[in-house]
Amino acid sequence: MAADTDAALSSSFRLMDAAASTQASRTDAIFLAMVLLCGAVAAVVFALIVIFVIRYRRGRHVDRTPPRELRGIEIAWTVAPLLVFLAIFAWAARDFITLADPPPDALPVSVVAKQWMWKLQHRNGRREINELHLPQGEPVVVTLASEDVIHSFFIPAFRIKQDVVPGRYTRLWFTATQLGVFPLFCSEYCGSEHSQMTGRVVVMAPADYGRWLASGPAQPDMAQYGFALFRQLGCSGCHDARSTIHAPLLDGVYGRAVHLQGGRSVVADANYLRDSILVPAKDVVAGFEPVMPSYAGQVSEEDLQALIAYLQSTGKRNAP
Amino acid sequence: MNAATLPAVDERADPDTGKMGMWIFLASEVLLFGGLFIAYLYGRTTWPQGWAAASRHTDVVLGTVNTALLLTSSAIVALAVACAEDETRQRWTAGLLWATATLGAAFLAIKGIEWHADWREHLAPTASFAIRVAGAQQFFALYFVMTGLHAVHMAIGVGVLAALAHARAHGRAWARARHVEVAALYWHFVDLVWIFLYPLLYLVERHG
Amino acid sequence: MTSYLDDGLTIRSWLTTTDHKRIAILYAIAITAFFFVGGAAATIIRLELATPQGDLVSHDAYNKLFTAHGVIMVWLFLIPSIPSVLGNFLLPLMIGAKDLAFPRLNLASWYLYVAGGLLTLEALFLGGVDTGWTFYTPYSTMFSNTYVVLTLVGIFVTGFSSILTGLNFIATIHTLRDKAMGWFKLPLFAWAMYATSLILVLATPVLAITVLLAVAERLFQIGVFDPAYGGDPLLFQHLFWFYSHPAVYVMILPAMGVVSEIIPCFARRPVFGYRSMAYAIMAIASVGFLVWGHHMFVSGQSLTASLVFSLLSFIVAIPSAIKVFNWTATLYKGAIRLDAPMLYALGFVGLFTIGGLTGLFLASLALDVHLTDTYFVVAHFHYIMVGGAVMAYFAGLHFWWPKVTGRLYPEVWSRIAAVVVFIGFNLTFFPQFLLGVEGMPRRYHAYPPQFQVLNLFSSAGAGVLALGYLMPLVYLAWSLRGGPRAGDNPWHAKGLEWQTRSPPPTHNFDAPPVVPEIVYDYRADERDPEGAR
Repeated sequence: MAADTDAALSSSFRLMDAAASTQASRTDAIFLAMVLLCGAVAAVVFALIVIFVIRYRRGRHVDRTPPRELRGIEIAWTVAPLLVFLAIFAWAARDFITLADPPPDALPVSVVAKQWMWKLQHRNGRREINELHLPQGEPVVVTLASEDVIHSFFIPAFRIKQDVVPGRYTRLWFTATQLGVFPLFCSEYCGSEHSQMTGRVVVMAPADYGRWLASGPAQPDMAQYGFALFRQLGCSGCHDARSTIHAPLLDGVYGRAVHLQGGRSVVADANYLRDSILVPAKDVVAGFEPVMPSYAGQVSEEDLQALIAYLQSTGKRNAP
Repeated sequence: MNAATLPAVDERADPDTGKMGMWIFLASEVLLFGGLFIAYLYGRTTWPQGWAAASRHTDVVLGTVNTALLLTSSAIVALAVACAEDETRQRWTAGLLWATATLGAAFLAIKGIEWHADWREHLAPTASFAIRVAGAQQFFALYFVMTGLHAVHMAIGVGVLAALAHARAHGRAWARARHVEVAALYWHFVDLVWIFLYPLLYLVERHG
Repeated sequence: MTSYLDDGLTIRSWLTTTDHKRIAILYAIAITAFFFVGGAAATIIRLELATPQGDLVSHDAYNKLFTAHGVIMVWLFLIPSIPSVLGNFLLPLMIGAKDLAFPRLNLASWYLYVAGGLLTLEALFLGGVDTGWTFYTPYSTMFSNTYVVLTLVGIFVTGFSSILTGLNFIATIHTLRDKAMGWFKLPLFAWAMYATSLILVLATPVLAITVLLAVAERLFQIGVFDPAYGGDPLLFQHLFWFYSHPAVYVMILPAMGVVSEIIPCFARRPVFGYRSMAYAIMAIASVGFLVWGHHMFVSGQSLTASLVFSLLSFIVAIPSAIKVFNWTATLYKGAIRLDAPMLYALGFVGLFTIGGLTGLFLASLALDVHLTDTYFVVAHFHYIMVGGAVMAYFAGLHFWWPKVTGRLYPEVWSRIAAVVVFIGFNLTFFPQFLLGVEGMPRRYHAYPPQFQVLNLFSSAGAGVLALGYLMPLVYLAWSLRGGPRAGDNPWHAKGLEWQTRSPPPTHNFDAPPVVPEIVYDYRADERDPEGAR
């Protein structure tokens, strides 16, 4: 599949894909600065080597009185790189920190990776395989889950990448700035067909995206589906105000601080909720008995994402 | 300078070289067991419930007996070293080494009994693991790897001490005082690893 | 007069030797064999990658090939090469000793290395392993259907060889130095061996434990690394890289040591800033233990961890930069001649500079998000390991060849080969930086057509590089019979190893060597037989 020629994807030789996200232009700025800086350093070093090799070649008559103490230069070429390195570190770190912090109103997309395909679902329920349709200019937050081994979600044109790790959620966010079709690659070796685990990201004008979103096969949106699962799997049997079983109430739990047995406190993010469903004895809420059964093996990654989408929709709070 | 003043290459002329070699080796062993201790720490913080539940199932009686055996054996091997270096008490060395090796073998036998009991109680980290708390299986996985690796080191130590004891009794050249000292260093280290393993594996959450 | 080569002519005398020089030769033969096996894998890989489709071999075969290439080159070639060949041969000579501190242990190290290597090769012949040399879980422990356990056991055994060699070198440097050779008269190659040995002794055991746990997981599903059983895949990565990052310093520090011996000799100047160079070696070795998380910036590790590891990764680049500046400064006002060792050594400085600078790209967090797991990383580490370490190994082979064998090799061919390697190397790997920037991921058997042009350049370059590596095989072998006999010191070099015969006698020195007043006592003037005239 990777070798299919798609006119929008296969292009003639070009150094870098156009920067197609807000992050991409910032990454490219750092890249350019590094190329100039490192290029300059390398050029100076190479030039000096070549000059010295020629000027001081054996047999040539030239002044070879040993140089005097060069302590000052030594200090300079230790301190200067250190300062430059600290500056680069800070610059790149700052951009990295923004990558870790999606805006609260970002459009959520759920991704499940498995050997060797990408399964994606939009919040209204519409599913895609190996393709991701997105609106231009709106921040998108992608929650990533794996059914089997570690994969990695990589869109070179957006300059973003995030490993997809089984047993937990990872996420990334971006804002697409250009219309077009961009390659999606798996970039963590995952077995036989790792190189075939590729896809397309299709960025559309927001109105077109809205139309596309609404036009898929009719299906419940993720939160609705999650609610149906919540009833079907028996969750509401305990996690309900009227239940005789003493279980934490989950309305608005997403993003709230939760106090655990043993005194610790965590924020109920997607990973916490996922663990609570699969490994309930891991972090028991203070004041409750560890009687919840595990749903490991009974819920698929998609089901889990739907359940969490439902829990996110209860109460009005969003994730921190 | 002439050839006679060239530095010695054979450690026979410089007993400290052998000791230095053993210390360097022990440094690598610290890192070896260190990796497992890090994994233990990681498990304890990630699955506190599971760790606590599992810790209660280790056999604290047998573990304590083993600790006593090992501590005693270290005292005895230290005596063996002292005797080897003392002109008048040399002949006790072989016997003391045998005693140390015997205590070590007893330790291993008790360990075997303990593992067998663990196996019967379904505490081995296989599909039929008995404790249904998240992390308990990981605790026992580490327990078997840590005590297993330690047992392998013990077995090697027992073998070396027994061989040294035999060699001393027959006056072999490779069983001099400095060889006994180097072997004793190794034995002390294996003992020390156990001193760390014992509380982590047997004494944590015992009150619960 | 007889040399160590005449001291026993049977195979048995070689296989039971405790002479560090013979053991070095035994290592040289073994690692050369492994180098060509790993190189064969690389050849097939580059042939396959010349076209976008995966049409030369199957997916699984390709995955096994890049795994074999990585495993063999890292553990069976790069890590032992300079320490176990050049280090073994030269360390006692450089410090005026008769042998290493524990000669029999040295032989045991060789046997362990060969045993581990054979186990790994066996896995290869039985059908191979397809996890990548990094063995990430849960793929390696729960999903791969290949000879993972056998390969890991082979690596485990080879690791003991590393630890014992490191132990031997540390004890040797502490206890067997000539009385007149204080720490700050040690050649920088000896300093490099010392620092490398510290890393070998302290880092390799962590690999041993990681491998042990991975094998236990694969055999018994103990649930340490696989989330399906409650384990954590990131724990594996932390444990693996805690060893594997210091391991890359094991590969480069000896190379830097070799270059520090060669440049002063062929520039006829003492190395610039000897103490700084020694301190830099120790700094690289120690700070190198603190940066492993820079392999995991997008792995899902915490933001704080990534920030700390990025900062430390910039810090560890400083001592390396100092070394490059000092090598360049050593050339200043020298009397330079471009013999083959010098060509390789200067090639090292250039290529290591590029490799090191591109490391800064990868240490930059936001930039690494784009570049990690792409061909940019592949290019970066090949610049350091091949452009750096392998070039330095060849530099050392050519520099000390007369001492080891008593023969000279043909000068013209050796210089041509050095240039061919330099050109072939850049043709092969520079395009890969561009591929990475364009977004081509690593470990891809087939790739989208837009990446073909650069891949074609790279594959063509690999052909030139292969030629460059084959040439020394031919002329060095030829020199053993046909080359003119070398005197004690054909380069007029200053180390103690040059004060004895070529090849040396078994006991190394007929008369005790004289430790010069300053280390690298080169002066580019009339007193120097090679000096300016």
